[in-house]
Order: sequence, then C-alpha cells, then structure tokens
Amino acid sequence: MSENGRLAVRKTYKLFIGGAFPRSESGRSYAVTSSKGDFLANASRASRKDARDAVVAARKAFPGWSAATAYNRGQILYRIAEMLEGRRAQFAGEVAEADGVSARKAGELVDAAVDRLVWYAGWSDKIGALRGAANPVAGPYFNLSTAEPSGVIAVIAPPMGPLLGLVSVIAPVIVTGNTCVVVASERAPLPSITLAEVLATSDLPAGVVNVLTGPTAELAPWLAAHMDVNGIDLTGCPPDLALTCEREAAENLKRVLRPAEESWLAEPRLDRMTTFLETKTVWHPIGI
Amino acid sequence: MESIALVGDAVVVSTLTTPLAEVASSDATLRAFLHGLPGVDRVGADQRAAALGTRSIKTTAKSQAIDLAISMVDLTTLEGADTPGKVRAMCAKAAHPDPSDPSVPRVAAVCVYPDLVPHAVRALAGSGVKVASVATAFPSGRTSLDVKVTDTAQAVAAGADEIDMVIDRGAFLAGDYTTVFEQIVAVKAAAGEAHLKVILETGELATYDNVRRASWLAMLAGADFIKTSTGKVSPAATLPVTLVMLEAVRDFRATTGRMVGVKPAGGIRTTKDAIKYLVLVNETAGEDWLDPAWFRLGASSVLNDLLMQRQKMATGRYAGPDYFTLD
Repeated sequence: MSENGRLAVRKTYKLFIGGAFPRSESGRSYAVTSSKGDFLANASRASRKDARDAVVAARKAFPGWSAATAYNRGQILYRIAEMLEGRRAQFAGEVAEADGVSARKAGELVDAAVDRLVWYAGWSDKIGALRGAANPVAGPYFNLSTAEPSGVIAVIAPPMGPLLGLVSVIAPVIVTGNTCVVVASERAPLPSITLAEVLATSDLPAGVVNVLTGPTAELAPWLAAHMDVNGIDLTGCPPDLALTCEREAAENLKRVLRPAEESWLAEPRLDRMTTFLETKTVWHPIGI
Repeated sequence: MESIALVGDAVVVSTLTTPLAEVASSDATLRAFLHGLPGVDRVGADQRAAALGTRSIKTTAKSQAIDLAISMVDLTTLEGADTPGKVRAMCAKAAHPDPSDPSVPRVAAVCVYPDLVPHAVRALAGSGVKVASVATAFPSGRTSLDVKVTDTAQAVAAGADEIDMVIDRGAFLAGDYTTVFEQIVAVKAAAGEAHLKVILETGELATYDNVRRASWLAMLAGADFIKTSTGKVSPAATLPVTLVMLEAVRDFRATTGRMVGVKPAGGIRTTKDAIKYLVLVNETAGEDWLDPAWFRLGASSVLNDLLMQRQKMATGRYAGPDYFTLD
C-alpha cells in the first residue's frame, strides 16, 4: 500500500514469444536487483523449452518478415523508434535503476537507443547496394548477387547496456529480414521486457523478435545447438561460454558473430548486419 | 444372454433382452439396442480426456512411445492433386521414415485413393507396410450402394490390404440405422480378406451419444476398425471422441469377445498429441490395443515431428525441419 492509500500495482515481467507474453513454461522466476543490490522485481527464468517455443515462433514469422519490402521493414523499425520515444521517461527510470547511472545519463542512453533504431531503419533498403553486385561474367548474361536474410538468429544480448546494448543487437538482425530469439541481459532483464511491450505495439509482426529472460549459460548452448537456428550472435557470452556455443553452432554451420569489445555509443560496425546475410546469385540471359 | 453389462459405464442395460447376433434382425431391434446404450456424459468425457492429456511421458518411456507412434502411423495422401510420383515418394518415406537412421521403425500403412493403389502396392512390395485405400465414394459417401461395392471390390482387386469406408452420415442422422448397417455389411463382403475400417466422420455426428451409437453399429456390422474422420471435415479426431470410441471397442470385446481397432485421423500434428492418444488407449481400452494391429494414427504431418523428437532424444540437440523430407 502506497502513501495515498492505493494498492501498489506492480508489473509482472514475463517472456515475449510469438507476440504474446507468456510466463516461463517451467514456472520459474528469479529476483532482479538494481546496481545497488535493491530488489526491483521478479523476472521469468526461461527454460530450454521456452527457447524451443521461441524458435518455433521465429521460424513461423520468417517467411512473412523476410518477404516484406525493405521499405516496409524500415518503416516498422522507425515506428519502433517512435514508440520508444513515447516511453522515454519509463525507460530512463528502468535504465537508471539497472545501471546506477544518473537520471540525466539514463535519458541520454534512451535517446541513443532511439537514434540507433532510426539509424538502422535507414539501412533497410541500402544494405542491398552494399552487399549486392552486378557481376561481370564472360557471356551474354546478367549476373546479379543479392543479399538475403539467413533465417532465425539467436541473439545473446550484452550484459551491460540493458536498453542501448539490446537495441543495438536486435535492430541489425531484423532490419535485413531475419527473425530472432533474444536472450536478454541476465543481470538487467527488465528493460528488455518493457522493450517487448514497445515491439508489440509497433506493427512488428508477431514472432519476429522473441525475448527470453533467464540464465545465459543455461539458454545459450541450447540455441547454439538448435538445428533450426541459422545464426547466433554471441555478444553477451563470456569467453568460455562463447567457445562452447561456437562449437555447438558448427553442427549445422550457423553464422556466428563472436563477442568483441564494443562501445555502444560509437557508430556501429556493419558486420552486425552483414554476418547474418546470405548471397543469392542469379544468372539471366541478356536480351528478350 | 439375458442382459449385457457394459463395463465402462458400470451400467447394466436391462432393456436389452436379445443376444447381439439378433440385434440387427430388424429395424426396431437395432434402434432399441442403439438407443438403449447409456448416454455419454459430455463434460465427464471432455474432462477425462483433458486430464489424461496432462500425463508427463519422459525419457525412456518417451522414446518407446515415439517408436510405437511411428509404427502406428497411417501415412495418408488424399488430395485431388495426388500423382503416382507423390504416392511413390510417400511410400519410400513409409518404408524408411528417416533414411539416415535405419533404427526408425516403418509406419503401419499408407492410405491412398483407389486408383493409386497399384502404384503404392508396387512401391511397397516386400517392405511390410500395408496399403490402405479409401473407398465408397470417399469422403462424402453420397452414392448408390452398387457404386460403393464396386469401388471397394476394385480397390481390393488392385491389391489393397485395408479398406477405409465412410458411413452414410445422412442416413445415420435421419435414424435409418438399418441402411447404414446393411451398407457396411455389403462393403465388408466386397472387401473379403481386406481389413475394413469404418469412418464415422464424428465431426458430422454432432453428439458423443451418436459417436457411441455409430461405433456400436459399425462393430455389429463387422468392422475391423472404427475410424474417427475423413480428415476433410473440421473438427477431425479429438481426444474425447476417441475416448468414447475406445470405450466402445473395450465394451464390445467384453460383450462379444471380438476385438476391434480404433483409428483417430486428422488434426494430430505433434508428438505431444500422438503421445496423448497413446496414453488414452492405455488407460481406456488397455495395453492390448497398444499395437499397430489395433490402433492407428491417421496423420502425415505428425511423422516429421515424431522423427524430429526422436532425433532430439538421440543427439541431445533440437532438430530442425530442414533435415527431413517434405510430404
């Protein structure tokens, strides 16, 4: 009961799978604390079966999302930025609690996350120009290479930067037409679920982004080994876990993005997008 | 026999005074018998089926259940666009569901339209997989008895081991049980040695009481199997309907000593669904029915899911559909 006599209405932090917010299939949860050690909330502790369900949802969303026009995907990413902007105060509060930064700094981090989305939104119809080519061939043919999304990508979000880091790993994966299963920062998962609320109201088709909260070490190897996952971004994995995951990922030749030192405030590297692209080359006779 | 105790419902049908052999002697006795069957408690059946669906089957029991379910699958293609090539591809899959793993059991049968039976027979020669053919103007059953009998005889002549016939739901719903009975008897005669599966199309029968009556009617007329659905009507097989049918075959054996098989068909897509049916069989009819000779799963899409689960148990990694054949 708060001071003014109202019952406190606290948010239940659940998972985000296939556009819905289910609890973990396992029924487990874990306590999330602020950077100072104060209790913030209980978050769902996802199990491998939640990861499996999330992959199914992501696979189901892939045909529609990858077939959407680049223009449309860009619009939707921009729409996410709009929705995020409208919740600036809420995110700033959550980031300040999770990272122990000042309210002002937290606000700047949220702004940076919004800007990051806008930046990637612009890439949707330009990455093709960068990764595609009209190849010169010895014959009367057009030979065109175009970039196509890899498929379902597992994303292990970085432990630091609960919002900016998260947005910086999700946006490059989905802007090119992939769908993803994200394992949020184990330490600070709350902004990821609030971001899921943003995604759910941004015209993003259900299943394009699925968010799991819980122990990275428990979930990442299952996603790395999953035969229906086409790529994995190991950004949030500590070195030994990253090694295990990369080994598992070799089984079906997943595209792997290895963890590297990275400042989330700097301009992003393009390999976050290009790692999860395949090249399709088409020969077409010249003339009628 | 003065009265028949129906074990499942612990009810003694005291109104029934004729032995089962004479039940079909006239329209009146048949009607009296079918309407004398105890009614099905709809809520109870739904709850019982739902409760059994929550059983947790894990590890070794699960591996066993998956293999059993694979061996019970009737791999089916009943489309207007079926080609001999598609049937051959399906037969190859039936004999070796996972070509990369010879320890996977073969499925029970393939089920095709009568004109494609010769292709299936040729493709499956020596594999041990049975060939089932739908007949009797599948799926509606709306034609004359002559055509139905001829349809059946031709399928058997082409080499079908099993015949899946549809009942005349219109006649059944109109209360004309004798017509339905006589049609089944005639088709059974035309089928000869071939096993006769009688499709009740429970999605069109409206009530569980009707499902129970149709089950008994089919069994009295000589069905070797009772099958829920054609797969062309929604809802197709459901757990409660299968529960009612399993109770019927159990009670029929208790009464007459003759064992009849059950085949739910349509709507079974995942391993979890398939295992729920196996639990239902074990808990309702009993272990005797946990055999491909007495229980079948009419489904195609479930096979890939069973294979994926099987591979997951073998390798410890979740399997992907890219590594299995498309139907």
